[in-house]
Amino acid sequence: MKTCTLTINNKKITVEAGTTLLEAAKSAGYFIPTLCNHPDQEIKANCRICVVEDKSAGKFVASCSTKVYDGAEIHTNTKEVRELQRGILELILANHPNDCLNCIRNESCELRKLCERFHVRNYNLNHETDIYPIDNTSGVLVRDRNKCIKCMRCVEACQETQMVGILSPSYRSVNTNISAGFGENYDETLCTFCGQCSAVCPVGAIYEYDETEKVWEALHDPKKHVIVQTAPAVRVGLGEEFGMPRGSKVTGKMVSALKMLGFDKVFDTDFAADLTIMEEGYELLSRIKNGGTLPMITSCSPGWINYIEGFYPELLDHLSTCKSPQQMFGAVAKTYYAKKAGIDPADIFTVSVMPCTAKKFECKRPEMNSSGYRDVDVALTTRELARLIKNAGIDFTNLEDEDFDSIMGSSTGAAVIFGATGGVMEAALRTVYEVVTGKTLEKIEFDEVRGLEGIKEATIDLDGTPVKVAVAHGLANANKVMEMIKNGEADYTFIEIMSCTGGCAGGGGQPVGANKSIKARRIDTIYNIDKEMPIRKSHDNPEVQQLYEEFLGEPNGHLSHKLLHTHYHQRRKK
Amino acid sequence: MGKSLSILTKNFKNINVDTIDDYLSAGGYDGLKKVLSLTPAEVIEVVKASGLRGRGGAAFPTGKKWEQAARVKEDSYILCNADEGEPGTFKDRYFLEYDPYRIIEGMTIAAYAVGGREGYIYIREEYGRQKEIFLKAIEAGKAAGFLGDNILGTDLSFDIKVVSGAGAFICGETTALIQSIEGGSGRPRIKFQRTAVSGLFNRPTLANNVESYCVVTTLFNNDAEEYLSHGTEKSKGTKVISLCGNVENPGVYEVPFGITLREIIYDIGGGIKDGRDFKFAQIGGASGPLIPKSMLDIPYSYEDFGKEGYSLGSGAVLVADDTNSVADFMVTVQEFFVHESCGKCTPCREGNRQLLKLAHKIADKKATVEDFLTVKRIANVMDKCSFCGLGTAAPTAMVTAIQHFYDMYN
Repeated sequence: MKTCTLTINNKKITVEAGTTLLEAAKSAGYFIPTLCNHPDQEIKANCRICVVEDKSAGKFVASCSTKVYDGAEIHTNTKEVRELQRGILELILANHPNDCLNCIRNESCELRKLCERFHVRNYNLNHETDIYPIDNTSGVLVRDRNKCIKCMRCVEACQETQMVGILSPSYRSVNTNISAGFGENYDETLCTFCGQCSAVCPVGAIYEYDETEKVWEALHDPKKHVIVQTAPAVRVGLGEEFGMPRGSKVTGKMVSALKMLGFDKVFDTDFAADLTIMEEGYELLSRIKNGGTLPMITSCSPGWINYIEGFYPELLDHLSTCKSPQQMFGAVAKTYYAKKAGIDPADIFTVSVMPCTAKKFECKRPEMNSSGYRDVDVALTTRELARLIKNAGIDFTNLEDEDFDSIMGSSTGAAVIFGATGGVMEAALRTVYEVVTGKTLEKIEFDEVRGLEGIKEATIDLDGTPVKVAVAHGLANANKVMEMIKNGEADYTFIEIMSCTGGCAGGGGQPVGANKSIKARRIDTIYNIDKEMPIRKSHDNPEVQQLYEEFLGEPNGHLSHKLLHTHYHQRRKK
Repeated sequence: MGKSLSILTKNFKNINVDTIDDYLSAGGYDGLKKVLSLTPAEVIEVVKASGLRGRGGAAFPTGKKWEQAARVKEDSYILCNADEGEPGTFKDRYFLEYDPYRIIEGMTIAAYAVGGREGYIYIREEYGRQKEIFLKAIEAGKAAGFLGDNILGTDLSFDIKVVSGAGAFICGETTALIQSIEGGSGRPRIKFQRTAVSGLFNRPTLANNVESYCVVTTLFNNDAEEYLSHGTEKSKGTKVISLCGNVENPGVYEVPFGITLREIIYDIGGGIKDGRDFKFAQIGGASGPLIPKSMLDIPYSYEDFGKEGYSLGSGAVLVADDTNSVADFMVTVQEFFVHESCGKCTPCREGNRQLLKLAHKIADKKATVEDFLTVKRIANVMDKCSFCGLGTAAPTAMVTAIQHFYDMYN
């Protein structure tokens, strides 16, 4: 390894050649302020707040975009460096609404934190904020360009990570702003609502459409029977909102909190994930047997569904017709559960808690009411659930664990791994293998489909028949797989695609401020939960078995098709 | 106009550019012919020895730049920056319009010296007529065997593409210009490697200003000796300037380095229009400093301007008489930068916005001492922290205006 030796604030350090001054300073114990910098993204050097003095070169440089060199003499804390950094901060504030008290990102704003660090109490610049209309017509994401600091993180998330290309900078100078499409609102574009823009925004310029009040209203309505389901990835993200270590497992505390909030039943989306595996697994087997369209692609990720409907409508036949677990849960809740509990489905209000913003879009799709009632009434993100809990004054970190309610609360290790990239594939393989071969799977873990590599492949031996599968996460990788299919280069039988990097653990509705290593920690916790589960295969879930026995009949049967499957159509720009 | 010269500019308005014949009979392509008898290394040596510094404004030593490009094994794109955007600068327009073949010859010499087969010239979008002329010149050059494959029967093959942007000032900045050619929007981009290694299409690229290429042509033809006989020890040769504003004879002039501003304005420019008094001159475009009367005898050279902390910039000399208000002029300059900042980085986008507000306050005579200190503070942030040269240079006029004319504000 080639190294460079330099000094940072007179402290001599040796780091790998090619390291940026920003990283080098960090290893020397100094956090240089940043705003546009994001560890998962390209170096942008737009905001310039990471300026430091390179005394050896006699100039001031942006530390994020300057590489170390031998003999460099860097200063990060001189009077002038501090004045320059603060000067840039003031310039940003002079164009910022500074209405932190009303801001949804009050507690998680990177700009506000820097103001505290720089002890900004007043400044003498002319205050001039932008006046753009707020884009909130989608009911999924909200864009408030007036708060935008032009860091361009959302643009990279949209154009590079997701390759959706809805967001881009338009106009110039003081009129520079981030446009959706050609100056449209999100819902007039082919936005997939993956929400990655909101997850990387350092300030309150892009955020989820908050629906916590709707939930409070339902909870306060004595006529409503309000039930809630929680997605697998929420339990490894929620704790972060309460200052717990990244990736903490908080399943039991979450259930307690939901019960304290007044939900009549606290159920688990994991139950519906097992149900999805039954439906999807049998659908796959049926396609293989009957010469259906292959490769079949998973349909759990609504950001991904929006993507294929918008950009590859000619490949829609490849999608599994299964609804996502969220929607399956809702459909079962308003039929099977309503019947068993003796409640009029019209009085049942289903809330879901998802690591995802696109779930809001999905639950509002007109076709998601095959039981005659909306499958899911409100989809909240992990962030909104945290808001509800804080709103109710619940001491989350000190809660005792509680268990999910029955009859839609039992789940398996196969279900919880839905929250990680590769998890749906692994869960499906656990079931399909045993159904096809009639044998018990000896090694339950499919390591080839785990991990953060963008596209993963594996070949599974189904009793002598090799089955090739692939897993992709992040829509830029989905794009590559779509092109492979179009070009006839995808010799896979089954493909899992998740909209977000890391899968749902890295979803657009998860606590902000995550990066790949934090997502990896959440994923580790998910696999640990799987390991500790007494039942680890979906077809062994007793409540799912009961559901088929008492209500649905058989996987892919008539009632399943009515309630648990859907159809897709091309999305067009409004 | 006694002290202006006609070496580099000798063809201006003297030749018919519709055909290549006039250019050839005026000694055109003698330079390239000589170059082809030298080795590329010898050619670069000549450029280095001439002391030529980039004439677009940054004044980087041209020979050094060529040496860096020659060191790269692969072919380089030969890029000519004709996005002349600095307010008050129009000398490259004259080259494009009155002597296009000299530019082409210079680029061809560069192609030979550093190794290149493809050239690009980025012509300012507003120069529609000049673009037409240049396109015709390329065709004429091709027809006469001075462009295309096996130029003058040698192994040298070179061709030039003409590109224009959408009229943004920022596209004169090399990396923004490159982005623009590539089809992106004109915003500067990070260079982790020199343009010589990774420029246009992330390939090795040699980028020079129009006038720089024209000087190179001259360095190898019969005018070389005369050209180099002018100037100072550290600023050799001549500079083509655009003289404008309140002078009797505005225009494009070729002047020897070392001439004083007073001589430029009074001897060449015929003095201040209508016999009025000189108030200030802005040197090098909107990005340049304001020069007061007391500094009129400063020699026009890199080193003498450097001593004051100024640069010559693009070669603009904008003269203002005593009817002009410095404060109003500052408003105009800042309006220009607020219009032309690309908006990418905080210091330039927000700094210019603040400076314009302060310029208005000063012009309205409402500024306090604190406001002047704020100008200084913001200018310092812009100077030290901006992403590219636009933001770095944008506060120069305002800072120098306050430096030299502070008394007037009181």
